[in-house]
Amino acid sequence: MKTPSRTFPALRAALLGLTISAALPTTAHATGVAAGTLIENTATATYTSGSSSGTVTSNTVTVRVDELLDVAVAGLASTPVAAGSTTVALPYQITNTGNGPEAFDLTANPVVSGNDFDAVVQSIAVDTNGNGVYDAGVDQILTAGTPTAALAPDTSLTVFVLVNLPAGATDGDSSQVRLTAEAVTGTGPAGTTFAGQGAGGGDAVAGTSGGDDDGLDGIIAALATVSLAKSATIVDPFGGDQSVPGAIVTYSLVATVTGTGTANGLRITDAIPAGTTYQTGTLRLEGAALTDAADADAGAGSASGIDVLVGNVAGAATRTVQFNVRIN
Amino acid sequence: MKKLLFALIGALTFSTGAMAQTNAVKLESEVKLVQTEVVDGAEQIKLVEPAVVVPGDRLVFTTRYVNSGAVSAENVVVMNPVPGAVALASDSAINLSVSVDGGKSFGLLAALAVADGKGGTRPAQAADVTHVRWVLAAVAPGANGTLTYRAVVR
Repeated sequence: MKTPSRTFPALRAALLGLTISAALPTTAHATGVAAGTLIENTATATYTSGSSSGTVTSNTVTVRVDELLDVAVAGLASTPVAAGSTTVALPYQITNTGNGPEAFDLTANPVVSGNDFDAVVQSIAVDTNGNGVYDAGVDQILTAGTPTAALAPDTSLTVFVLVNLPAGATDGDSSQVRLTAEAVTGTGPAGTTFAGQGAGGGDAVAGTSGGDDDGLDGIIAALATVSLAKSATIVDPFGGDQSVPGAIVTYSLVATVTGTGTANGLRITDAIPAGTTYQTGTLRLEGAALTDAADADAGAGSASGIDVLVGNVAGAATRTVQFNVRIN
Repeated sequence: MKKLLFALIGALTFSTGAMAQTNAVKLESEVKLVQTEVVDGAEQIKLVEPAVVVPGDRLVFTTRYVNSGAVSAENVVVMNPVPGAVALASDSAINLSVSVDGGKSFGLLAALAVADGKGGTRPAQAADVTHVRWVLAAVAPGANGTLTYRAVVR
């Protein structure tokens, strides 16, 4: 009997009339069979021998599928996220492209080559309610140093990196923030093996991603600058414009907002100058009269001064407040 | 009729002494992992023990047969179900007699069709193969051989 050799089986297959091409086509699967799956192979033969017949079964060879550590990270912001004076959420998607449940350590790095400024990272939040939008108080903040929950193979998790603009950022400046996800089991060049650490009882092996990946989201500073100009016009009792007792002075306060951001909660206040008396019922915002009482409308006027809460004003806009005093 | 029992998975040493004597024909199954290495710029294919196996890996399943009896075994039909976690490699399927219906019928892959899930059928592909079969007209006493198919871990 010939001793079976362990050479390239195509040779032997060819002798048996079986053709096996040397080309190795690749099969692409997002995930593949689950880690821990057993591949069991058994052959059976039937035959006749003289007047009798036989059935024979081979041994069963079992191979356990090991865990492939693979992940993909993508920034989800299609355009840079505008950041003003408040915290903004940068969305990223983490997909477990391996074949076993795996948790991932997340790191947000605001230092990216080409940045005009480096954002201040506050925290990383998980999109707990899965609506794709950061909901403060609902979406859970990941404790620093704590990985995500285990992600099933071929499933994705949306997370948000919460950032602020640094002091000194200039309107229109742009920046990027990099989020990196690393398989908790381990990372390394493709093929790196973590013996016995795979899901399902086998080993874990770094896949083509190396078990880690990163993605970028853009951020753009959208800041607003407010300038205030005050002017006065005088009408005296004699029809002229002299500042004499009894003359009425109309003050105009013009707030000009510039920049691409929004001036939030803009408030204009002014004291009544000494030697003058506020003329009741003369307070106006954009030409519309406001009552003097501190009530539902935006303004209040009294002998001590005026106070107008203009609210949020987008860039490239002005707001004008006017009031009258009489010179004593 | 007794079945051959190989208690140890992975104990693949070919040993006639361990085999029962009631069957003239013996089968032994073996699986190897295809490893491609680039040596001096040339691709070399090695078959290694499947220590670490992940989706996308190629496996070679081998069945060795031997007629250890004194009489010729005729009409030897070796049937090998393809494990569900692997797909028959398309280059391996070309000339094999295969089944895409759980071993009920066999033929060349090009002649087979499977349900397309829309009420019709479509041409069968290598990944649809459920069984591989070899038919040997006769195996003379003392003769042996090797039957091989390749598959990719799904």
